[in-house]
Amino acid sequence: MLFTSVDDVSARLAETGYLASPAVATTVFLADRLGKPLLVEGPAGVGKTELAKAVAQVAGARLVRLQCYEGVDESRALYEWNHAKQLLRISAGRDETWDEARTDIFSEEFLLARPLLTAIRGDDPKVLLIDETDKADVEVEGLLLEVLSDFQVTVPELGTITATSRPFVVLTSNASRELSEALRRRCLFLHIGFPEEELERRIVRLKVPGLDAALTESVVRVVGALREMDLRKVPSVAETIDWARTLLALGADTLDGTVVRDSLGVLLKHQDDILKAAAKLDLDAM
Amino acid sequence: MNAPAGVTERLTGLVGALRAHGVRIGTGETVDAAQAMAALGLTDRELLREGLAATLLHSTGQRRVFDPVFDLYFPRLVGGPMSEGRESDAPAADREELRDRLAAALAAGDRETLERLAIEAVDGFGGYGSSPGSDGWSSYQTLDRLRPQTLMARVRDSVRARQEGAAGFADRLLEDEIRRRIEVFRALVASEARRRVAERRGRDELARRAVAPTADRVDFLFAGRDRLAELRRTVQPLARKLATRLAARRRRAARGTIDLRRTLRGSLSTGGVPMKPVLRRRRPVRPELVLLCDVSGSVAGFSDFTMLLVQALHDQFSKVRVFAFVNRIDEVTGLLVHGTADPEGLGARIRSEATLTGWHGSSDYGVAFGEFAERYVDAVGPRTTVFVLGDARTNMGDPNLPAVRRFSERARRVYWLNPEPLSQWGTGDSAAPEYAELVEMHECRNVLQLSGLIGRLLPV
Repeated sequence: MLFTSVDDVSARLAETGYLASPAVATTVFLADRLGKPLLVEGPAGVGKTELAKAVAQVAGARLVRLQCYEGVDESRALYEWNHAKQLLRISAGRDETWDEARTDIFSEEFLLARPLLTAIRGDDPKVLLIDETDKADVEVEGLLLEVLSDFQVTVPELGTITATSRPFVVLTSNASRELSEALRRRCLFLHIGFPEEELERRIVRLKVPGLDAALTESVVRVVGALREMDLRKVPSVAETIDWARTLLALGADTLDGTVVRDSLGVLLKHQDDILKAAAKLDLDAM
Repeated sequence: MNAPAGVTERLTGLVGALRAHGVRIGTGETVDAAQAMAALGLTDRELLREGLAATLLHSTGQRRVFDPVFDLYFPRLVGGPMSEGRESDAPAADREELRDRLAAALAAGDRETLERLAIEAVDGFGGYGSSPGSDGWSSYQTLDRLRPQTLMARVRDSVRARQEGAAGFADRLLEDEIRRRIEVFRALVASEARRRVAERRGRDELARRAVAPTADRVDFLFAGRDRLAELRRTVQPLARKLATRLAARRRRAARGTIDLRRTLRGSLSTGGVPMKPVLRRRRPVRPELVLLCDVSGSVAGFSDFTMLLVQALHDQFSKVRVFAFVNRIDEVTGLLVHGTADPEGLGARIRSEATLTGWHGSSDYGVAFGEFAERYVDAVGPRTTVFVLGDARTNMGDPNLPAVRRFSERARRVYWLNPEPLSQWGTGDSAAPEYAELVEMHECRNVLQLSGLIGRLLPV
């Protein structure tokens, strides 16, 4: 058990610089209590990956990260035999019998552990982060099912390796592909959306301490208004922070039309979004 | 787990109601939810809400169903607010006072006070009927008497006064923010009224009937304006999902069938034993797509949505052409060009910029198809897949089957997506059965069905 209560989760995550909403804190607490993996979905830039890092820091655990991409396979995710080393071993022990060589080259020494196996082996506490799960192919999901439900991996030559201490597992997804129902069933589901105004103010204040309070409030309000617009890509928390940093660097003490127009590119990444937002905020009227 | 009596029943009731709305929850998740309840305790309702959501739900869209159902099964309080025996003559006098307090809460943006006020408002102004059988609570009546939207100017002025003109740039956002807060209050009133009704009518029944379904199950024909707006926001993510599905199908299709002729010829060198199967090479040709959309009143929501979706998928095809009709047909491909399309005004723009109606305003499939077969038949070729979107209600006009036959003979495939339930095809002025004999017609009532059909039917 990492945490004693939901408040404990919020407090300790806050110490590492991660301000959690009640939903996030509750779900992290439950994931720890029920020993289930945590599936985090939400738009890009709201801190899905950061959450895993923060939990690792709080728990004093090692963060093991599996970055998924199209074509990631067993040998990248689970384990691989070190063929080169095996060949060296065979040519080194030339006058050995076959049996001796065989038992030797399929031992732990020649096993290259990939993230999933690394997370299961050993006694030290670990946080396993499976990032962008939706990018991986469906076959990998099948692989994850076994690992996530029993926390064990079978290596035919070595036998089954079972976790002595269960890692805290976080899976993230941008929902570019529907994850299978079977995988979802094994996880606690958490959607991290855009934070409430108050929380976002606190986040900006924490990350960009130099910005004055009134300006911080205006920044958060403008971002909030942009999110209500029908844009192709609405600004996320990461963009809010970038924008706050930009304003600080520009030395702006209040928001006005010119400053906003000049720095809108930090928040919005499509030209037609910028035009639309400029029209809605009537920036040209200034 | 030793929970207070009745809590387990509450939980299973909640799960049952969610299942009735199409959320798939297994026994395992229910047990998890119970464990979550035990771990979190019952003291903090919001924690409980998040805990149950985390254990029971599997996707983001389901949250919209979950919240109102949760409010019914784990209500904030039972009965009226501090029932101090307020009588029916009191509210009229109280109304101004409540509006004052509401204005103050809206100005402060204080959600907790808004929640309390919603409870008071429904209690004071929402009750109707006096006999036990026919009385109830109405959010409509509450909002009608309270008129929160008229507080706008007052709230704005009071916020401005407090800031003493120091607000600067963000000031121009104020009106939208207040409007949003008023919307929040309206939603709170609606959920409070639902809770009060549930106390009288029974939770289970209300949870099934009074909670709106998830966005992908909303019937196109009955979706209101805000639901359609919500649907439009799902176009991009849905398109991305469908694109990966199509790409996967394309990959599979690429290593598809065996080329028998070349395999046999290759086998001659091994004495007729086909050692090496040769696969048929695929010509990397992207298919063409033609959409014929009925954009008349009743089915407009459906056609708009599908047009946007197909347009968002445009990079999957070499050519997409979109035609809209009511009783005349016109090409609208240009209006849908990616990026410039403003989804909200799309329908209106199509209707204003294209020639879609002749002498009358009701849809006539026969004339429109005739015109298509005459003017645009070149758009259809052997590589083209044609999708017809519409309810096939011809207003008793001639369905003009020969025209349909003409372009369906030229096309590679023709599919018809009909937003009406299967049981209503052929009733009244619907010519669906006639058309269904010529082209493959599918029922397509909601986004769930649409994405399934598109993923399956779109050519790769």
